[in-house]
Amino acid sequence: MAATVRLQREPFDAASETEKLRRGRSDIGAVVTFTGICRGDEAGAPLLAMTLEHYPDMAEAEIARHVAAAERRWPLLGVAVVHRYGRLQPGEDIVLVVTAAAHRQDAFAAAEFLMDYLKTRAPFWKQIELAGGGRTDKIWVEAKRSDDALADRWTPSSGRRAAE
Amino acid sequence: MKLRYFAWVRERIGKPEEEIDLPAGVATIAELVIWLSQRGEEYAHAFENPRVIRAAIDRAHVRSDAAISGAREIAFFPPMTGG
Repeated sequence: MAATVRLQREPFDAASETEKLRRGRSDIGAVVTFTGICRGDEAGAPLLAMTLEHYPDMAEAEIARHVAAAERRWPLLGVAVVHRYGRLQPGEDIVLVVTAAAHRQDAFAAAEFLMDYLKTRAPFWKQIELAGGGRTDKIWVEAKRSDDALADRWTPSSGRRAAE
Repeated sequence: MKLRYFAWVRERIGKPEEEIDLPAGVATIAELVIWLSQRGEEYAHAFENPRVIRAAIDRAHVRSDAAISGAREIAFFPPMTGG
């Protein structure tokens, strides 16, 4: 199955990534495209920018592991994940997940699964700059318990954070 | 053995990485965290709440009871906020 996993600073083109997955295929009946976007606020406070730090050597491998797990669970015909890093401004794209399958249930489920795991296990860390009083501080964003709970939905046992 | 630090763990320790010799009697990630905490105030500050520290051995997530012998690279970081 064709799988693309890429990290980059530059913006990505969702339509182009999707087209690459679909090109020449007559077996794909469903494509789901998810884009994660930098919002203009964090917990109600206006954002100037968000900076994504990452563990370069591990991030691609970890995302690829999630993609392989998605392939084992659903009959996918293509997956693309592109994750940006560096300093982003509100309105900019952060992450792209594209899944292709014969039928929509598999494409939807796999896209949600991949995003839930990206939120909790992909080695990226966000810092935000909030505007206020002419001085800006960079603040580390805290991981959300709700994201852990969403990722846990996909695991039947209680063995969270076990090495795979 | 190479240690790497990310996010506020890196900021508190004051460096992104370092090489250490594996200390005798330190067999797991949890024990390594304790040993590192004793190296100086900046390490103690970084690891003051071990429960929020996550670790990877050779670029794969591990639990705190994971054995570290044979590891080439161990990374410490806070819970992730990717996606």
